[in-house]
Amino acid sequence: MGEVKVSGISVAFEKENGESTLALDNVDLEIKDKEFVCFIGPSGCGKTTLLRTIAGLERPDKGQITLDGEDITIPDSTRGMVFQEYSLFPWRTVIQNITFGPHMKGISKNKTLEVAEKYLKLVGLEQFRNSYPYELSGGMRQRVAIARALANEPKVLLMDEPFGALDAQTRNTLQKELLQVWAKYQITIVFVTHSVDEAVFLADKIVVMSARPGRIKKVINVDLPRPRERTSSEANELRNQLLKMLAEERRN
Amino acid sequence: MSKAGTKGLRERGIEILSVTVAIIIWQLIADLVVNNKFILPSFTDVLFAFIRIIEGGVLFTDLATSLLHFGIGIISALLIGIPIGVAMGWFKTVNRALDPLIEIIRPIPPLAWIPFAIVWFGLTHTSAGFVVFIGAVFPVIINTFDGFKSVPKIYVEAAKVLGCMSSGSLIRHVALPSALPSIASGIRISMGVGWMCLVAAEMFGVSTNGLGYKIWWHYYLHQMDFVLVYMLILGFLGLFIDRLFRWYVDGHLLKWRAGVVV
Repeated sequence: MGEVKVSGISVAFEKENGESTLALDNVDLEIKDKEFVCFIGPSGCGKTTLLRTIAGLERPDKGQITLDGEDITIPDSTRGMVFQEYSLFPWRTVIQNITFGPHMKGISKNKTLEVAEKYLKLVGLEQFRNSYPYELSGGMRQRVAIARALANEPKVLLMDEPFGALDAQTRNTLQKELLQVWAKYQITIVFVTHSVDEAVFLADKIVVMSARPGRIKKVINVDLPRPRERTSSEANELRNQLLKMLAEERRN
Repeated sequence: MSKAGTKGLRERGIEILSVTVAIIIWQLIADLVVNNKFILPSFTDVLFAFIRIIEGGVLFTDLATSLLHFGIGIISALLIGIPIGVAMGWFKTVNRALDPLIEIIRPIPPLAWIPFAIVWFGLTHTSAGFVVFIGAVFPVIINTFDGFKSVPKIYVEAAKVLGCMSSGSLIRHVALPSALPSIASGIRISMGVGWMCLVAAEMFGVSTNGLGYKIWWHYYLHQMDFVLVYMLILGFLGLFIDRLFRWYVDGHLLKWRAGVVV
């Protein structure tokens, strides 16, 4: 199970001059088990903050987040995360990066390696098993980051603009691969993006956020059939609708 | 680095030529211009003195003694300096508590500690090691601290969401490997400083053996060719230790760093 319930979350950040800004203001959201949810919104709308709060990396000032009914306060292995920046440990090889999570759980070495090999294969990087991160391209690094997060067998995979730094071609490929992984492992995915195209291609549910303070503007259920056609007329229509909403936000 | 190592003898032509010319000029000046073994021993004088030291067998006692002093100092500097640097880098309170003390003690030149070294430890190997320690410990502390301070936040967060939660495991699995390049360069600096302190400590009579001690002893005997031999041995040994360390660190500990532009 991987059901996330966000109720009445507010997060404020203290600025250097002592003032505080409200990054999230009284946000409610329900994410169903096995759902693929995208957060989208103008920069500074708190989409990353919301994701990080679900991860346990930020403490809410008000409100509560639960995963399958259990309170989330600190990070743990039930929620895996893939970051926008390259977050692989540069001193560990690809396989050592993937074994990190299971190793921390205290799982035996053989079992750890077995799990890691499975996910390494899943992302198709067997031949880079013993490479260091600096030897990999951006797309490969994010593949390893995904494998590393999955090796912990989390209930929810949190992704913070994971493909933001990649070129369009690689990005499309990785989106397709991610959907395959999602279909295969049946986990909940929460995905932050600033790309309308990406959200329309990936999500079951798109959460549009508004800025300063961060609030949820609208939740759109996407019922386009999968596999999706990026250029179908329904997709275009949805895209236009989203773009309009975002443009409105920018004007405010 | 590795490229320079694999360069053939042929490609080292200029380097060899440069050293050879320097030696010839030295020999000519010593023989024809100065012509006084006390003021400037020639290359051949030094060579003969070196052979005599080897034949006499004293070189190895001195070498072993100096390396013992150096070892005592450096190893204790690492054993004490790294944990202090780690604690200061990771825990803000520890940093605030220790920083003023370190900033007060650090500017005292290590050689100023020699009287206390003698009072506390007598004329022993420990005493010479202590002076080396004083010189070596601060670069280790400061570089470990810096390395820990600049651990990218993203690695710590990535580790946390992977279930690495306690300070102990975060230090061990994330901060320490991430800070290793900085710690390694701190150790290199501390070995350089320690090497200088070693000679001074031995010269001031903290020990009755060792390469530094021998420089002083031969000076009293007015054997400047021997003084120069020991100077050169100290230089070459320092170079060798540094190269050995770099070879080990770059080739083994920091292999993952190839390609990182510093």
